[in-house]
Amino acid sequence: MHLAECQQHRQGDRKAETVTGAPVQKRGTAAPMSRETTTSPANATTDVTKLDRVVIRFAGDSGDGMQLTGDRFTSEAAAFGNDLATLPNFPAEIRAPQGTIPGVSSFQVHFADYDILTPGDRPDVLVVMNPAALKSNLPDVPHGGILIVNTDEFSKRNLTKVGYDASPLQDGSLEPYQVYEVGMSSLTQGALEGTGLGKKDAERCKNMFALGLLSWMYHRPTEGTERFLAEKFAAKPAIAEANLLAFRAGWNYGETTEAFANTYEVAPAKLPSGTYRQITGNNALAYGIVAAGQQAKLPVVLGSYPITPASDILHELSKHKNFGVTTIQAEDEIAGIGAALGAAYGGALGVTSTSGPGVALKSETIGLAVMTELPLLVIDVQRGGPSTGLPTKTEQADLLQAMFGRNGESPVPVVAPCSPGDCFDIALEAVRIALTYRTPVMLLSDGAIANGSEPWLVPDVTDLSNLSVEFATEPNAMDGSDEHWPYVRNTDTLAREWAVPGTPGLQHRIGGLEKADNQGQISYDPDNHDRMVRLRQAKIDGIDVPDVTVDDPEGNARILALGWGSSFGPIGAACRRVRKSGMEIAQAHLRHLNPLPANLGRILESYDTVVLPEMNMGQLAMLLRSRYLVDIRSYTKVAGLPFRAAELAEVFTDIINDTRPEGSGEADHVLTEATE
Amino acid sequence: MSIDLGLPDLGGLAEVPTTDEPQKAKDYKSDQEVRWCPGCGDYIVLNTMQSFLPTLGLKPENIVFVSGIGCSSRFPYYMDTYGMHSIHGRAPAIATGLATSRPDLSVWVITGDGDALSIGGNHLIHALRRNVNFKILLFNNRIYGLTKGQYSPTSEEGKRTKSTPMGSLDHPFNPLSLALGAEASFVARALDSDKKGLTEVLTAAAQHRGSAFVEIYQNCPIFNDGAFDVLKDKDEAARRIIPLRPGEPITFGPESEYGVVRSGFAGLETAKVFEIGLDNVVVHDSTVADPAYAFALSRIGGQDLEHTPTGIFRQVARTTYDDAARAQVAQASEAKPADLQALLRGNDTWTV
Repeated sequence: MHLAECQQHRQGDRKAETVTGAPVQKRGTAAPMSRETTTSPANATTDVTKLDRVVIRFAGDSGDGMQLTGDRFTSEAAAFGNDLATLPNFPAEIRAPQGTIPGVSSFQVHFADYDILTPGDRPDVLVVMNPAALKSNLPDVPHGGILIVNTDEFSKRNLTKVGYDASPLQDGSLEPYQVYEVGMSSLTQGALEGTGLGKKDAERCKNMFALGLLSWMYHRPTEGTERFLAEKFAAKPAIAEANLLAFRAGWNYGETTEAFANTYEVAPAKLPSGTYRQITGNNALAYGIVAAGQQAKLPVVLGSYPITPASDILHELSKHKNFGVTTIQAEDEIAGIGAALGAAYGGALGVTSTSGPGVALKSETIGLAVMTELPLLVIDVQRGGPSTGLPTKTEQADLLQAMFGRNGESPVPVVAPCSPGDCFDIALEAVRIALTYRTPVMLLSDGAIANGSEPWLVPDVTDLSNLSVEFATEPNAMDGSDEHWPYVRNTDTLAREWAVPGTPGLQHRIGGLEKADNQGQISYDPDNHDRMVRLRQAKIDGIDVPDVTVDDPEGNARILALGWGSSFGPIGAACRRVRKSGMEIAQAHLRHLNPLPANLGRILESYDTVVLPEMNMGQLAMLLRSRYLVDIRSYTKVAGLPFRAAELAEVFTDIINDTRPEGSGEADHVLTEATE
Repeated sequence: MSIDLGLPDLGGLAEVPTTDEPQKAKDYKSDQEVRWCPGCGDYIVLNTMQSFLPTLGLKPENIVFVSGIGCSSRFPYYMDTYGMHSIHGRAPAIATGLATSRPDLSVWVITGDGDALSIGGNHLIHALRRNVNFKILLFNNRIYGLTKGQYSPTSEEGKRTKSTPMGSLDHPFNPLSLALGAEASFVARALDSDKKGLTEVLTAAAQHRGSAFVEIYQNCPIFNDGAFDVLKDKDEAARRIIPLRPGEPITFGPESEYGVVRSGFAGLETAKVFEIGLDNVVVHDSTVADPAYAFALSRIGGQDLEHTPTGIFRQVARTTYDDAARAQVAQASEAKPADLQALLRGNDTWTV
């Protein structure tokens, strides 16, 4: 996926994402998807199969280090030059009971020789460290897919724990798959004999064994992982050495045993030229905030309270104090935003980061920022709700909360990134709006974007826009007196002046009570309140946002797939599939949700059908219907996981072919999808 | 235990610019009509503040008042300084962000017993434990005034109010004990009507580097009139008020015939001086590191105001949160230049 692709759809036909990427043959036979198979000189019995893309999922117990394993494999793919997208999926519990289904943690990585949009619907290869991981992930693997199983954990006790009466390795139930049985725990322990490490500690390195084996299977470069292990465990050389040995043992196991008939190659992707790095959404957001502070020449003050899945923004920003960034881990969500607003009042770039439950607590302070018209960035990394909901899963159900979750008429601009890399650009955009219009801005990321990663074309900082602002220095009273009137507005933007404490002669008072237009005294005058309500609304409605672009390669599509936020990837991939099957569909993606792009109404009217997939119950659809009086075909799913491209392609195809029931049919379908 | 960051031992106003221009009380009066009820104790505190600020000689534009919600929280509107009338209970949080990013400001939080101790209790204790360099003036009238007369977290047990016709059930907070429990570095008490005592406390608070917590007993003439009358009647006051003077034995009474003596395990109590001897009367020292002493002082007297120590209970030097936060930023900036391009590139890139 490319940098902020949703900002500007590239025109022209794109290579369709193929439905399956793995070879479906039993060992040794040619794969239907492969374009070329050669015999590896290193091992006369192993063939090398070239693939255009592969989806691998590592699954194990929460304590098995699957996130690290997936992360390292991703880095190897990135270093090799593949395009990639990832989907970490882990329980909210730090250590759920060992070996149980709730304790399963997984990491899916999709890598390809072309630009891809999603972490992949289904894994071509599933690596499972125990029976629980097999049981919970097997339904996602298509028949013919590869299973690599750590047999050492398939004890009677572990099987019983997850409800297997007999071992699936023996009862024939895995016949539709290519199964590779590897005693990863014992092989790792064997490899670490003589290192002096205890049996248990040695066994803990089995994830590196798995990584080594997969790295061999997919011809991944290993220098990065070797360097990473040496750095990560620099303080514990024995552990570093053990992990390295396990990693190499996994590689050597693949190379020297004859168990594996094939290795696979996925060539580097042909991405736009430039320097790339791998980045997660939360890191890109943090970098965007640092960059915004630099571009605005303002110190950054982040007030935040730890919450999943937003905490990494706090962690990352706390590392960059050298950029004039102060991070305050506050006593609660309210204090976090309070500190940010206090800093904004003093002339800093105030930022607060949280997830949905935190936004609920911050709402009153966001209202104060609306009333005092101070710039403030509020980041909501959405997760499953309501209440505590699904802390580690993704959802887009805070849109209406962001729009309306405050008392009174309290308009707030809302923006949303479409991919991990886009988080950088959207942070700068949100800060531009906050500073230009002196308003709190809601930035809606989500769990999938926050933890997902992709290659990111590193921006040239000289291309970043200048965000510098001017503080008020002179009295602005409209009656010619030498006073500062805090609510005198810029005629273009309707923004009031930012007169920070310490500026001589501009002493004034602001607060949550209604203020008189221009002068800014407390005012209970009915007409004044009506005027101020309308002024605050007009200021937000008048924010300059770019037009939305439509991707319609042939230009004759009658159906428009519209989306916002992290569903950009699956919607885009689904559109590619639909087009590949000979049908036409246009795609548009919104990064600005309030105000909406000026050309959106016209675009919506110009299609026979607008279909809008959302990971909520149709929140944007509701807004668009009321705003533009057009119908929207809403497709909703609130399962805590991103849409699958195949699922959306089916929905789009059905709508194009008019084989999809209108109205109530949607809900039935949704239930089927969610429980399949 | 404080961490030595190598910071200079500064006063609370060390980085706030001063002016040689003479100032008067009226320079600090805003053009807003003061709208508290006639006879409200807030007027006296406001006047005291406006008379006191010129003695600091600060540039008025570098003074900021931040308040929450309640009668007392209208205070900033009446001061011709910068000010923010924020939301209920959150002033300490907002002031934390402001004071941390702006060491050149003298920041004052104006709050009440409901604002600070009920809805804002969490922010209050955390501001005090962090020791952020701002001053908190808690106007304690032991009632909710702005909402017209419900009991507050400092109302005496059994108080009959609009919301407690059969008497309140809550055990009240002792605000000073609470602040000391949070290890506040500066804790004091004053009476609204005692302009001299209040000015002394405000002066010391302004000069203190770190959070200064000042409880001001303030009369609400409408909903809790006379709550502190026993401390304002000349004879009663002489019997009940225990003035805390640094370096002096803590004695009180019309003839200074009573004194404060040690009692039990780390406690203090009152006794007749002639019975115990002046040598056994505790000599006041607000700089004692262990907060147990100031805490014991705060426990003298009770809901009935039988005995009421006033003045500075505790005043100790402790690293402030905002100084330390700025020191980290400075240290990081010195160690590593702010190279944005290098940050964005990271350590692991590849070229297409």
